[in-house]
This record gives sequence, structure tokens and C-alpha cells, in this order.
Amino acid sequence: MTALNELTIAEARDRLAARDITSVELTEACLTAIEDAGELGAFVHTAPETAREQARAADGAAERGALAGIPLGVKDLFCTRGVASQAGSRILEGFRPEYESTVTARLWASGAVMLGKLNMDEFAMGSSTESSVYGPTVNPWGGGDRTAGGSSGGSAAAVAAGLCLGATGTDTGGSIRQPAAFTGITGLKPTYGRCSRWGIVAFASSLDQAGPMARDVRDCAILLGAMSGHDPRDSTSADIPVPDFEAALTGDVRGKTIGVPREYRIDDMPEEIDRLWSEGRRMLEEAGARVVDVSLPHTKYALPAYYVIAPAEASSNLARYDGVRFGRRAELAQGDGIVEMYEKTRAEGFGAEVRRRVMVGTYVLSAGFYDAYYNRARKVRTLIRHDFEAVFADGVDAILTPTTPSAAFPLGAFAKADPVQMYLQDIFTVPVNLAGLPGISVPVGQDDSGLPLGLQLIGRPFGEGDLLDTAYALERQAGFVARPDRWW
Amino acid sequence: MSIDTEEARRVAKLARIRVEDAELPGLAAEFNTILGFIDALAEVDVEGVEPMTSVTPQRLKRREDVVTDGGQPEAILSNAPDAREGFFAVPKVVE
Repeated sequence: MTALNELTIAEARDRLAARDITSVELTEACLTAIEDAGELGAFVHTAPETAREQARAADGAAERGALAGIPLGVKDLFCTRGVASQAGSRILEGFRPEYESTVTARLWASGAVMLGKLNMDEFAMGSSTESSVYGPTVNPWGGGDRTAGGSSGGSAAAVAAGLCLGATGTDTGGSIRQPAAFTGITGLKPTYGRCSRWGIVAFASSLDQAGPMARDVRDCAILLGAMSGHDPRDSTSADIPVPDFEAALTGDVRGKTIGVPREYRIDDMPEEIDRLWSEGRRMLEEAGARVVDVSLPHTKYALPAYYVIAPAEASSNLARYDGVRFGRRAELAQGDGIVEMYEKTRAEGFGAEVRRRVMVGTYVLSAGFYDAYYNRARKVRTLIRHDFEAVFADGVDAILTPTTPSAAFPLGAFAKADPVQMYLQDIFTVPVNLAGLPGISVPVGQDDSGLPLGLQLIGRPFGEGDLLDTAYALERQAGFVARPDRWW
Repeated sequence: MSIDTEEARRVAKLARIRVEDAELPGLAAEFNTILGFIDALAEVDVEGVEPMTSVTPQRLKRREDVVTDGGQPEAILSNAPDAREGFFAVPKVVE
């Protein structure tokens, strides 16, 4: 029999509803698993008392919400009232929000149980969860020397290792989908505007989007339903109805058209990724979909545009960390004034990658370079969105690509490389954020050493229901059931 | 475009991040690597293309210009590194 903490959300929900198990038992199983998994570096703050209280309340409640009694983990980027929320940064040391993010508030209102906070790259800037002030997250797969990806690496590792039933992530350039692919789980970045950004520490506001990370497509559909919806406190959150995403899962892709973009066939593509991609194509064809080649001509400019726009927005957003209102303030010397306070606080509070991106962003926004870099990048972004619009207008329902250019790489692999080498990790995921589209990573196979590999499906704006249904068909064809061998 | 040590110093100052003199050449080299990467944008024909302002075609909503929240100075100040008598405290700003 499956251990309680290894259940899917759907299984746990049905057994809870049948009174076959209690949320208290489920929550205790997760808390024990978390305690035994310190080596993974996945959970960074736990809230066992809150969790037990919520579990008891769920067990006793007369009205059951969609997630009644389901224990979840929360990325450290979400502000959670009274529980440390540091965005993986030293500059937010000691910060305990007086408020709750809209997305997490919705989860608790649906009856979910909050287990604690999950590790991440500092301010979500990274692809390996190694830039975290808490230390790196280790992938449950691969025996202890692999990254779980990033920035939502803690969320991915926790779901893959059975520490929680599902988790929240955020995705600015691939931060949900890449770690999901590296850990053999499913992760969805919704359409920009589907989930409120209120109360989530901002990185690049025109790209950031929260989304679910879970064991399978159905669980992502259940979580997305609870996380979504209009919020007057986020003026970019979409004021449109939230459909029943789980009800959309039929697994029937007959009559659907799937596009395979030729520009994603990059130089030096590892053979195993190429093979996986062909396999995915075959699986969808076997399920009855029509697969066609498509073109997204501006793909190669997505990463350069992203590395202008994201740092520019980060430079503005992170200006608030000034040592005055929250978090850390540097020790000051005799005679230091307010400028020294800003400069010293930000120098010691931000890690190397965050300092680099804030300064690059400052540069591309500065007088004389604004047009050459920032405005040009925003024009290229328009062209990238047009590429996708043209493909969808031709009748394509979803686009199939690899999620990542490789399986999980070893921890420390990029320690000596120049920063651009790490940025190339996001090559297949970044265009989706620039175009504001929904994208999902589904585990489909394993490489020769047994590490999981994922494929990405990209959908139409606000077409998450249809996208999840296509992903469900791919999931059923792939039949990925492998689990990591426990070493922790 | 190439960034020298002086330009790196200027950017660090604008970003309000202290960078020691000894670290400036390394920082300038990193900037140049990244700028070399984003310079690819110069190849794209963007003639007549509008810069994107909103990724979803939506108008930002308006609301009544009224106070909707407030009256909680303790909560606002509770995370401040230094707060005194209902105010954020900072080092001397003007002599």
C-alpha cells in the first residue's frame, strides 16, 4: 500500500472524503517525511503546529473545500502571515509578513494544510537553487549529487520525495517547468494573469506567474482551480471565470493539432533529448492527434530579450530593499549617512547573481541605453508573441517541445562558468513567459543513467483546461511511474 | 558596446550597491559577457513594431480614488530594522 505522504492529491481527497484516512494522519506522515529529509534542503521553514491545527480543523469541518485536509508546501517567495518569507535571500532575514499572499490565502480557504516554506534560488534568479541563502536543494534523483533545478527547486524536490502532496511554485523564465522536469513531476505555468501576484515577492512583474507543482496532471488541475481567480489587489489579474480544470480531463486528443517548432531543434541537442521529443510526438499521434511542423522564427532572440527585460524589472522591483522598512540593515560605521546605509545593506544582503542582475537592469534602463536595449527588447517581445499567435491562428491547439536541454546537471556544474552558460538552461521555457502563455512540463522518460526527462506543452492564452487535457493524454501514453531510490 | 571600470563604478552607484575598487574590473568583464549575449537583439528588424506594454490585451481597471485600507502603524513598522515612536528610523539624511 502506498504510504500516506506518497498519495496523489486526488487519491488523498477521495480517501479523506470516505473517512478512510484523516488529515491529521496524512499531515503527520508528511511532517515525519520532512524531518527525515533534511539532506534534501527542500523545506527551509516548517510550521508543524499550524499544520496540525489546520489538519484537525479540516477533519472536523462540516463543509469540505476542494483541498480539504491536503498538506502542501509553499515556495519561500510567497508571503505567509507570521511565517518567515525570505525569497531565499539574506536581505529578508527575519522578515515575517503581516499579510498572506492571495494565492496561499485561496489554498487555505479551500481547506489545504500549510506544512512550511520551500527552498529556491535567491529572488527566483537561477536554475539550480544554488543561489539560496539557505544552501542548495539536492535532487532526490541521482543519489545526492544532482540539482533539483530552479528556481522552484525546493518545491520540486519536496513533491518528488513525498514530503508534501503538492506545492506552489512561481515561473518567470522556467522556474516551475525546469525543476519539474528535473525531478520527474508535473508543473504548470499558467497564463499571465490567471493567478494573482499579490503578496508574492516580485522579480519581473510582467513575466512572474504562480502555478502548481504536483505528482500528475490531475493534481495540477485541482491545485490550479484553487489558486486561480481575479483579485482586485493585482490589476493584471484576469477578470474572467475560472473553469473546472479537472472536469476538462478526458485524455481524448483526437482531432487536435499539435505543433512541433523547428527552431527548438538547437545545435548540440543531446541525443536523448531529441529521442524523447520524437517519442512524445509519436505518443500524441498514437493517441489520435495530428502533429505538424511549425515555425516560431524569433525563438533565438527570446533569451537575449529576456535577459534585458527581466533584469530591468528586477532592478526596479528590488529597489525596495533599502534596509529601512523590512529585513536586514548593514552595520554602519561612525559618520555613515543614508547612502552608505543603502549601499552597504544591498551589497551584503544580495548574493552575487542578484547583484549582477540588478546592476545589468540598472544599466539597460539608464540614460543613453534605454532605447538600444530596453525598448528594443520590448519590441522583440512583441514579435515573439506574434510568432505564437500566428501558429495558433493556423489551427494549432498546443505546441510540443522539450522542457530542458538536458537532464538534471550536477550541483556546482556552473560554479566556474560565466553567467550566460546558466542562462542557456532556460532556452525552451523563456519564450512562453515572454508571450504570457500557459506551459506545462510532463515527465515522459529517463536518460541512460535513470534521471527523469520532461516534455513541455504550450497552450493558448487562458486555455489551461485544454492544455491540461492534452498533457493528460501525453501522461497516459508515457506511463511514467518511476520513483527515485531513497538515499537521504 | 563595452563597459570599462569607470562605467561599472557608475552603474554600481546608480544601483546603490557598494562594490570595492578591486572588484570593479571583474564586474566590468561580467557585464561585457552579458552585453555580448544581449547584443544579438541588434540583428532583429524592429521597424514599425510597437514595444510590448501588456502581454495580455487588457486595459488596467480603474477604481474609486478612496482610502480602502490603513490605520495599522504597528503592523507596518513590525518588520523595520529600526523604528521609533511610530516612525521608521534612518541615519542622518541632511546635516
